[in-house]
Amino acid sequence: MENRPQPHFPEPDTKPFWDGAKEGELRYQTCNSCSAVNFYPTAHCQKCGAGDLAWRVSKGEGTVYTFSVVMQNRIPGFQELGAYAVAYVDLDEGFRMLTNVIVDGNPLEMVKIGQRVKVDFEKQDTGEYPIPIFRPL
Amino acid sequence: MSQTRQAAIAGIHEYPLRVAPGVSAMQIKAASLKAALDDAGLKWSDVDGLYDAGDGEGGGGLGLAAYLGLKPRVIDTTQVGGSSYEFHAAHALRDIAAGRVKVAVTTYGSTAASSRIAIGTGGRGGGASWQANMEGAYGSTLISNYAMVKQRHMYQYGTTNEQLAQISVATRKHAMRNPEAVKAMQDLQFVGVNEITVENVLESRMVATPLRLLECCMVSDGGGAAVFVSPEIARDIKKKPVWIIGTGEATKYRENGGDITTSAGAQSGPAAFAQAGVTPSEIDIAMIYDSFTITVATCLEDLGFCKKGEVGQFIGDGHLAFDQPGLTINTDGGGLSSNHPGMRGLFLLLEATRQLRGESTSQVNGAKLAVAHGNGGLLGATHTGGTVVLAAD
Ligand SMILES: [Zn+2]
Repeated sequence: MENRPQPHFPEPDTKPFWDGAKEGELRYQTCNSCSAVNFYPTAHCQKCGAGDLAWRVSKGEGTVYTFSVVMQNRIPGFQELGAYAVAYVDLDEGFRMLTNVIVDGNPLEMVKIGQRVKVDFEKQDTGEYPIPIFRPL
Repeated sequence: MSQTRQAAIAGIHEYPLRVAPGVSAMQIKAASLKAALDDAGLKWSDVDGLYDAGDGEGGGGLGLAAYLGLKPRVIDTTQVGGSSYEFHAAHALRDIAAGRVKVAVTTYGSTAASSRIAIGTGGRGGGASWQANMEGAYGSTLISNYAMVKQRHMYQYGTTNEQLAQISVATRKHAMRNPEAVKAMQDLQFVGVNEITVENVLESRMVATPLRLLECCMVSDGGGAAVFVSPEIARDIKKKPVWIIGTGEATKYRENGGDITTSAGAQSGPAAFAQAGVTPSEIDIAMIYDSFTITVATCLEDLGFCKKGEVGQFIGDGHLAFDQPGLTINTDGGGLSSNHPGMRGLFLLLEATRQLRGESTSQVNGAKLAVAHGNGGLLGATHTGGTVVLAAD
């Protein structure tokens, strides 16, 4: 799918994440005060409230925590897609993100909890930000 | 039991229609409030506390009092999704106990069906927000979010489709005894307005794996109102008061490494039972927000009716219906088979009240203690849990 909804800006918390996507980087944060992994991105640490966070680049590899194959939807752009898998992926660095797991074949048979996956940045026809999705390793 | 009786539900009303073209949400709220005050034998001008979830055009904290023509001394516009009404009951109890309010009301109105709002299969709202920017690109529907909880619950604990289907079967059985629910299913053109079997559920259309159509609540119009009063007022109302003896509030959200199979109810439930001075095993009847089968299953565990991961065995024999021994749920037919206009937390309080008055169409004989547990938002992401323990007079 190459016409996914794009992020909207100005939105200061998530801008560096999406700037990273343009560079092919899956970025996350760690807290310089308490060393917690912080994700989704925020300007404050969600563990301790400190405003001193470092941006890091994930290796982009993780495990499917759970998923659902959407068979019926009324979302513009997704309606024509056929069945697709929405998933929470746990990245090896310790953060969880909502994403799609895209397989070559039927997602009903090919997506599993516990499956190892790797990020891929899907270029979009409309919009400047590539979208991070995951494919089986 | 060392419970205190500081506030009671004195009047209730459920708007009878589930398809109400040409009526506004605000009109449903006003009509329901009048009927609920009549049910209690109270006057419009008796109302001194207004609790509202901001539903209805031009309502909320700024507009609702003006629309209704009320002069409240306390205005509480807590909006936490479908469980807002359990939060309103909690706050009304607090405000009444503190002497700030004597007659508190909450109202609900929605025309989700007539307005053709795609609650379950539509996507997230657009616009620039921290969360929308991280989730908007993936076509995640509300149903797929709950489905991800079911998927993980089945994987982690071995819960089966057959076990969860019993929730749909029991609530449909109750719905068929409730004339308003039957009319709702007819008006919304359900295929087969009749009792259903586990097989019917398992053969129904897959909406988002592993959730099937008959595990998903309907989208209806509807609304209602509840009136909460002080003990002094409760002495003189038309019907027997139903006492609010414990409440709990909580929120939960996507967390790195978090357990998606545990909901906010794991915090709000124990808090409510502790305040009430009762245990889950003493509860006669539970109104649990049945947006989906998995919502009920997860919340039954979190409230302590069984251990985490054991809900499959707990409900496996299908005892949730009113005429079976053991815990009974959702005797009005629930969101699965009676009404779900978007935020059905109010109806949990209304049906619990009917049970404790002896007025339900699927009455549990001698019901003395009830719990109403609302789950608002997305069970597999940001959501709230509101638990209210209620006692018969
Ligand atoms: Zn920190």
